[in-house]
Amino acid sequence: MTTILEIKNVDVHYGAIHAVKKINLQLNKGEIVTLLGSNGAGKTTTLHTISGLLTPSGGEILFNGAPIHKMPAHKITSLGLAQSPEGRQVFANLTIRENLEMGAYLRNDKKEIEADLQYVYRLFPKLKERESQLAQTLSGGEQQMLAIARAYMSKPTLLLLDEPSLGIAPILVASIFKAIKEINEQKGMTILLVEQNAYLALSVSNRAYVLTNGEISLQGSAKELLANEEIKKAYLGH
Amino acid sequence: MSQNFIYFLWDCLQYFINGIAQGSLYAMVALGYTMVYGIIRLVNFAHGEFLMIGAMCGFYALRAHLPMPAAILVAMLSSGIIAIAVERLVYRPIRKSGRIPALITAIGTSLFFQYFGQLVFGADPKTIPPFIDEKIYNLGEINVSNVQIAIFCITLFVLLFLFWLTHYTKVGKAMRAVSFNLPAAELMGINTNKIISFTFFLGAALAGLGGMLMGYTMSVEPMMGMNLGTKAFVAAVVGGIGIIPGAALGGFIIGIAENLVAGLYKSSFRDAVSFFILILILLVKPSGILGKNMKEKV
Ligand SMILES: Nc1ncnc2c1ncn2[C@@H]1O[C@H](COP(=O)(O)OP(=O)(O)OP(=O)(O)O)[C@@H](O)[C@H]1O
Ligand SMILES: [Mg+2]
Repeated sequence: MTTILEIKNVDVHYGAIHAVKKINLQLNKGEIVTLLGSNGAGKTTTLHTISGLLTPSGGEILFNGAPIHKMPAHKITSLGLAQSPEGRQVFANLTIRENLEMGAYLRNDKKEIEADLQYVYRLFPKLKERESQLAQTLSGGEQQMLAIARAYMSKPTLLLLDEPSLGIAPILVASIFKAIKEINEQKGMTILLVEQNAYLALSVSNRAYVLTNGEISLQGSAKELLANEEIKKAYLGH
Repeated sequence: MSQNFIYFLWDCLQYFINGIAQGSLYAMVALGYTMVYGIIRLVNFAHGEFLMIGAMCGFYALRAHLPMPAAILVAMLSSGIIAIAVERLVYRPIRKSGRIPALITAIGTSLFFQYFGQLVFGADPKTIPPFIDEKIYNLGEINVSNVQIAIFCITLFVLLFLFWLTHYTKVGKAMRAVSFNLPAAELMGINTNKIISFTFFLGAALAGLGGMLMGYTMSVEPMMGMNLGTKAFVAAVVGGIGIIPGAALGGFIIGIAENLVAGLYKSSFRDAVSFFILILILLVKPSGILGKNMKEKV
């Protein structure tokens, strides 16, 4: 097993607020790993720090063995690390196709881009139908599909997904998770998934971490965590 | 009476045509205002000074016997380079400090260049000749000059160019993406600082171009940016700030209204007209004629 991402003793502050406290987290190539945690636990902060939108106040982050915690976000993306952010953040003023082109912004391989475009259209046929419409006309669930497809278009080796099921109809959630699983299995992309829907997330994951008040409080294989009493109480509604 | 009325109509048409030519220039300057606002929500009060610096450099290029097209290029590049430097050294460090500090900084920058201009170029007005030999055509009771026609055509061309840029090129689409959501654009791998620099450059280069084309109506002096910048700002707001066609529309409206009022009523009212229109728009539709209702982050 090769490590693709390693977070070592990372602290993140917003001014005086200590949002993430000395966390350690490690991802192996090809895995799907879930980061669980309740509202305000620090999940989005962690993803933003990995992506370079935030800079840690301490610790280091290694991507394929090289430090990335001081790089600007666009540099990190160029190394093959993409994120589908919380709340989708699609470019509402751009068409669906243009959104996907922005995902492929750093690429110049026209033919491959076209092939990847066809791949995400197969994954999410709704996007193809509405290709030339503005992204603001999409429903929440469709925007989520677009956000994932857009992140995919940079052809990353590591994909971060922040709450892809947030506020989305159950039927769409199922198809989104099916797509996540497929991207992981067919394209070999490593995925770090942030979720509050613990059952669904754990059922597609290899391993998981639980974040509580900015600290890693629990970690283990997805199976272990599904059986864990604390997890059941806190996240699975038993 | 009917004879007088016909003369009145001819007059109106003449002022309208003059207004379109003048409005084309306002539009050209307003475009940069609106582009910069669109990308980082900054009202760049120093935009008029970028124009002034470009026109000054163009003036000296002409005095050094460069041909007009080369002088125009010099003007556009000087405006653009000054804009890149100001963005990098002044606006970027305070970009995250909020809107009011940014506004005050922009006003300060504008004042700085007005006095810097007097120091470096002198306060005396300088004249730039029309960029082509002026010929006047008489059409019935009205006069149209080839300079007016050319200015209008150049502005239309610039608008088409900007449309092409923002819809058919990678950098232009990235400009739209950054303007809508900067962090998300950064996540796409877009170097948002570069896109912002490019936007400042492009907007200021158009101001420099406008400054050179203005040679036929006004002289170049260090304080010229204040009046022109204000008109362009009003034009951008009237059309809907942040919206490229809006800036052009606003420019034409201000130019035409000014000329009609100055011609038919009193020329001393010229500068008051734009503010009257501004107040009217802010009362009726604060987001501007082409503006959508304020929902985007402002
Ligand atoms: N921009 C900010 N400024 C100050 N504090 C912030 C900021 N963003 C987040 N925080 C705080 O940091 C902590 C972690 O927030 P974060 O958004 O990472 O949580 P989360 O686990 O993603 O929550 P959710 O499930 O609601 O998305 C919270 O206490 C939050 O209030
Ligand atoms: Mg979150």
